[in-house]
Parts: sequence; structure tokens; C-alpha cells
Amino acid sequence: MAKVTIDGHMIEVPDGTTILQAARMIVEDKDYVGANIAPPTMCYYSKLKTSGGYCRTCIVKVTKGSEKDPRPMPKPVASCRTNVMDGMEVQNLTSPDVLEARKGVVEFLLINHPLDCPICDQAGECDLQNLGYGHGMAKTRYDFKRRTFQQIDIGPYIKLHMTRCILCYRCVKTADQITDTRVHGVMNRGDVSEISTYIKNVITNDFSGNVIDVCPVGALTDRTFRFKSRVWFTKPMDAHRGCTKCSGKVALWLKGTEVLRVTARKNVWGEVEDWICNECRFEKKNIHDWTIEGPRHIERQSVISANHYENLAQLKLDVQKQQKQLSALK
Amino acid sequence: MGKKLLIQHVNVPNIHTLQVYKENGGYASVEKALKSMTPNDVVEEVKKSGLRGRGGAGFPTGMKWSFLAKPEGVDRHLVCNADESEPGTFKDRYLMEKIPHALIEGMITSSYALGAKSSYIYIRGEYFYVARILETAIEEAYAAGYLGQNILGTNYSLDLYVQVGAGAYICGEETALLESLEGKRGNPRIKPPFPAVAGLWGRPTVVNNVETIAAVCPIVMMGGDEYAKIGIGRSTGTKLISASGHINKPGTYEIELGLPVEEFIYSDEYCGGILNGKKLKAVVAGGSSVPILPAELILKNDKGEPRLMSYESLSEGGFATGTMLGSGGFIVYDETTSIVKNLYTFARFYHHESCGQCSPCREGTGWMEKILHRIIEGHGKPSDIDLLWDIQRKIEGNTICPLGDAAAWPVASAIRHFRAEFEEYIKNPQGIKDVKHYYNVHQLA
Repeated sequence: MAKVTIDGHMIEVPDGTTILQAARMIVEDKDYVGANIAPPTMCYYSKLKTSGGYCRTCIVKVTKGSEKDPRPMPKPVASCRTNVMDGMEVQNLTSPDVLEARKGVVEFLLINHPLDCPICDQAGECDLQNLGYGHGMAKTRYDFKRRTFQQIDIGPYIKLHMTRCILCYRCVKTADQITDTRVHGVMNRGDVSEISTYIKNVITNDFSGNVIDVCPVGALTDRTFRFKSRVWFTKPMDAHRGCTKCSGKVALWLKGTEVLRVTARKNVWGEVEDWICNECRFEKKNIHDWTIEGPRHIERQSVISANHYENLAQLKLDVQKQQKQLSALK
Repeated sequence: MGKKLLIQHVNVPNIHTLQVYKENGGYASVEKALKSMTPNDVVEEVKKSGLRGRGGAGFPTGMKWSFLAKPEGVDRHLVCNADESEPGTFKDRYLMEKIPHALIEGMITSSYALGAKSSYIYIRGEYFYVARILETAIEEAYAAGYLGQNILGTNYSLDLYVQVGAGAYICGEETALLESLEGKRGNPRIKPPFPAVAGLWGRPTVVNNVETIAAVCPIVMMGGDEYAKIGIGRSTGTKLISASGHINKPGTYEIELGLPVEEFIYSDEYCGGILNGKKLKAVVAGGSSVPILPAELILKNDKGEPRLMSYESLSEGGFATGTMLGSGGFIVYDETTSIVKNLYTFARFYHHESCGQCSPCREGTGWMEKILHRIIEGHGKPSDIDLLWDIQRKIEGNTICPLGDAAAWPVASAIRHFRAEFEEYIKNPQGIKDVKHYYNVHQLA
């Protein structure tokens, strides 16, 4: 076990835990009141091995290396790939240097990202939008032409819009790790690197649709849902069906009784709980295919919660929780 | 006349053949190490010698070797980094092309010290003809019994392979090199684990520069203590410097560390002074990624002491007034050089060579190149200088591998020391185009 302090919150975690996981544990631990001290992530995905370390949004400052070696680390480190040591002290939101560096990373991620949110299917559930609001600047200083690519159809269900890609490598790792054959990689280098199925080989694997869910931006979108609706006009429902290939536990995105989209369920960190198969995702678009469990919980901060009827009950709960926390502080 | 250890026989005819190399004292270190020393003795000698990595970072080689994990039943590897791609550096090519056996001898002795049964020389794609020279030399060494099973009748066996890369700068970074050597895309790995624990195919690996490995032979022959007497302070031994730019005698020189910079530039033994009797403007002392220094700071440090060619003296004063010895790519600029144009060339290089894994380097290098292009085209804005400064500050230290730092340092130092020149480009773009002395007249002529 190792004791680690992040922004003044101390927690004891098993050896081999990363700083990011420790921070998430602190947030999940209901005893702590206050700001979300878990660093934002764009490329790290706890379900994918060797993911993380690329986007640099989760960088933190280690002010004390460990009990044995208290020297601070010379450079900011990627919290998703740095293991905790006993006695480590980490600064995330409390370090102006980290916030400044993170602002820089957000700016770098956005300089070649098209500002086409009004026509992007990901808008409303986009990690980059959230990151931009939370940590970015109001204006861009980049006044050159942005990098663009042709859109590619990867098979009948998935659209690759490389222009929006931030090269997080999550889809590459997904294709690598949950499917048998690697048909999906990166070509070229630098700012013209490109996610590719290597000369447009179609992904035919049963679980290939999961690359849509892991994509933090709108680079990989569901062709059966494209331009059907804004995501905040849909009603998210938890549902399941008896599926032989996957767990069959999904989130349905409804308009009236019409199933517009099926996705995997995501947890509070925006990560898929169970991978789902392409049959559930793309082919079961009739409401009678599914057993509806109830409305899906949507975070109050999310734009999707605007017309969500679960919202009222949740709002009441949140207010109660806040009052409790305030009285605890007094 | 400084002491020469690596290239003293470079002018002997046919020194590239095994026979001539042997007649000039070659392969003695293999005989001495394998027959009279244990592997640990060799590591101890290298430690005592104070030899530091010649590839750029200057990490003590003996310490690096002693970090190598030695689990039972797992092969270890020595990999030679011959992917010499730093602009301004060409010392390894010179050594491998002229005396290939110096590297092979060093590889055998070092592999013996580390207990490696198969070792690799990863050479950049552009050096394909050097790879052929090395392969011929390796064949000779196999035939003479210096490689293969039971070398010189001892129990030690070693196989040596040459692998040609495809010419990416990033493959000079040790973990990207290992990825490339494994046949994958040359992207740097995220550290830890370090190669000493999990390197090539997950096995403990040491990656050393060509010159570092070649320097092991004289260390074994003369002893670590004797080697440590050469040089100055913690910068021991000799160093190959590739001098280029506006000097009378560009080329590769072997110097004793501690030689005054002024002597290196102006003495007839080395660079022979500035071309056409012009004045010195600036120097990039260790390959394109180290900070550029103006003449007054490269000849004397901020305390007014003469600067020496050594790891410590060149970095005296930090990055505010100092630089680094780096890989020894010594580029000299005379008074007619435009620092802004030179910086644009560097920025274009780093943009082209960024691997695209992590966002600050992938996006930042391209952005800096575009701004610098705008400035030299005469469309710069007054805010561009501060913007460049801010971009480089946000790249430096925030990337996976040192390429981000390497792209940021030249920009930072050029703005730090030559800000007036940037301002001149932005304020008076037409004037810059008309004034002849801002052009590199030697390249146009």
C-alpha cells in the first residue's frame, strides 16, 4: 500500500496504482467534498492496456517523489502513466504551473480541430468540448489554415472524419485489443498522421463499433445515427436484451418510441462499462427488441440533462447532498 | 596537439580492413578483455574512466551499464545507436566510414562486459553505404574469429547484426529506436520502464552511441584511471566534434575535452578561423537542438571566464547564458547570417520529424514553423515573437520524449539572444529583403 496526497487529499492505494487512478478514487470516495481533483483525460482509457500518455492533458506536478526520495520530479508527469510511491505529494488544481501547461495542451489540441460543433454528432457529449470549457482559453491565437482530410467510410456503419481527430490512439488500441486482427493503425507522422484501416480495409469484426464509443471527439461516428438528431433532444434509457455475443446491456437514445442510436453504457469517467457487439449497436433499432430498465442517469452539468425527465428527481437529490455538505462544513 | 584515441590512425591507407587495423593495434582490447578480465572488471574500468554518453545527454556510461537488470535466463542486448540524425552532427559517420573496426571492436568488448549474446547496430537509412562498409567489416571479423561461437577460444560467443532504419530523426531516441528495431513504427515509448529493465523485445537493453562504444577500447587498453586523466573535471577523455558552417576547415576533429572554444574556432589545427576573415556572430555548439549562443557568450561565459569545450563549461550559466555540448555538432555562423532564417530551417526540420504521438510536439512544432515562415516572408505581426515564446514554453518539458525540448530550445535561445533581429524582420520586412548582409552570402554565391 502507498499513501499519496493529491491537492491536499490523502488516500491509501495499492502499489502499482497510477496517480490518475488514485485521484479518481479520492473523487469516488464520498467523504471528500469539493472540486473534482481528478485530472481530465483525452487518451487514457482504463479498459485499454497501454493507453494514455499521449494527449498530456492529465499532466500533474509531483512536489515530493516519495518518502524515501523526497525530491520533486523535474518535469510535469502524465498522471495516467505514473505510478504512485509511498509518501508522494501531487499538485493538480492547486498548481498554477499545471493549469498553465494544461491550457497550452488544450490550445494545441484545438489548433487543428475544426470548430464544426454545430454540425458534429458528438456535440453535447464531446470530451474535447468539456475540456475546452474547463481548461481552455476563450479565443484561439492560431490564425493559419487548419489541417483537413477527406472523410472515409469504414464499412457500412462507421464514418471516419479524420479532420476532427486528436490522435488519442484509443480506437487503435481498441481495434488491437478487443479484435483479433489488426486492421486499423496510424499512417504518416507529425501533424499529418492519420488513423487508417490500412488502405481502407473494412473493419468487419463484431466488436468494431466500440471504436465509436471510445472516440473522445467526433472523428468516429455512427453512420446509422449521423444527422438524425442532436444528442440533447434524445431520451437516454438503460435497456438490455438477451445477446449471445455480448452482455446486451446498452443505453438507448430515443425520440418518442423510435430508437435513434444504441451505445454502450458509460461510467462517470466517460468510459464504457461493457463492450457491446455490432448487432446490438447497429441492427436492433426497434424498441420491441429491448427490455427498458428506466431512464439513464445523466450528469447535471451535461447539456443532455436539459430535457431529461430524470433530471428533476436528481436535482432534488443533488440539492439535498449539497445542503448536507454545507452543514457539515459549518 | 591534443591527444587522439579514436581517429589517430585515420590516415593510414586501408585502415578499414581488418589486417591493417590489427597492425595498428586493433582488437587488442578484445584480447585483453576476454582473456584477462571478467565482465565486471570491464564495467569497473568504464566507471572509473568517467566516460559520458557521446550521443547528446552526457549520462555516465558506467552508471548506465550498472543499471542493466540481470535476471536469470533472460538474454540481454547491447544496441548501438548509429542513427546520427541531429543536424550538424556527422562524427559517427566519419568514424564508421573510415575505421569501421573501431566500432566493431568496441561492440565486442562492451557486449562482453554486459553479457550480451547478440548485439545490434541500428544505422540510419541515409547511411546505407556505411552499413555496407560495416557489414564487410563484420564478415572479416567473423572470419578472423572475433565474432561468432567461442571468440578467441574463450567461452564467450557473440553475434553482431546491422539494421538499417528508414531515416527518421525520431528513431535516434532510444525507445523509438528499439521499436523500430523490433519492426514497428518508430514511436518513442513511455518511460518507465526504462530500456535497462525492459528494452528490446522486453529484455534488458543498453543503448549507446557509436562514439561511446568506440571509446571503450582505449579505456580497456589504457585503464580507466589513465583515461580519466585526459580531459577536465567530470568531462573526461576525448570527443569527436563535427565542425561546420562559416569556417575555413569544416570537418570532424577529435579534441581533448577542456579545449578552449576560442582555440577550437580560430586555431589552424581545428576550424582555422572564420571564412573570408569575417566576424563570428553565433555558434550552435552541440547539434541543432541545443541553444544557440552569440559570439560574446560562446567565447566567454557570463562571469568573463573563457568557455571550454566540456560538458560543464558549455552549460555554465544554465540556458540563460549557456548551452550544451550535446552530440558535438558545432555549427559556426558569421556576421552575415540571418538567425531568423536559420531558426526557420530548424523549426521546419522538427515539424517534419515530429512523430505525432503527443499533442504539444505534434501541433506545436507545426505552429512554430508557420509563424516563422510568416515572419521571414515579411508578414510577421508584432505579437508573433511573444506567441513563439509562449508556444515553445508550453512544449518544453510537456512531451513524451526529448524531441519536444529539442524543438523548443533553439526557438527560446534565438529569441532570448537575438530578439532585435526578429523585431527588425517584423518592423521592416522590405528593408530586410534589400539589405544584403542579412542573407547567407556564401550559400547564394
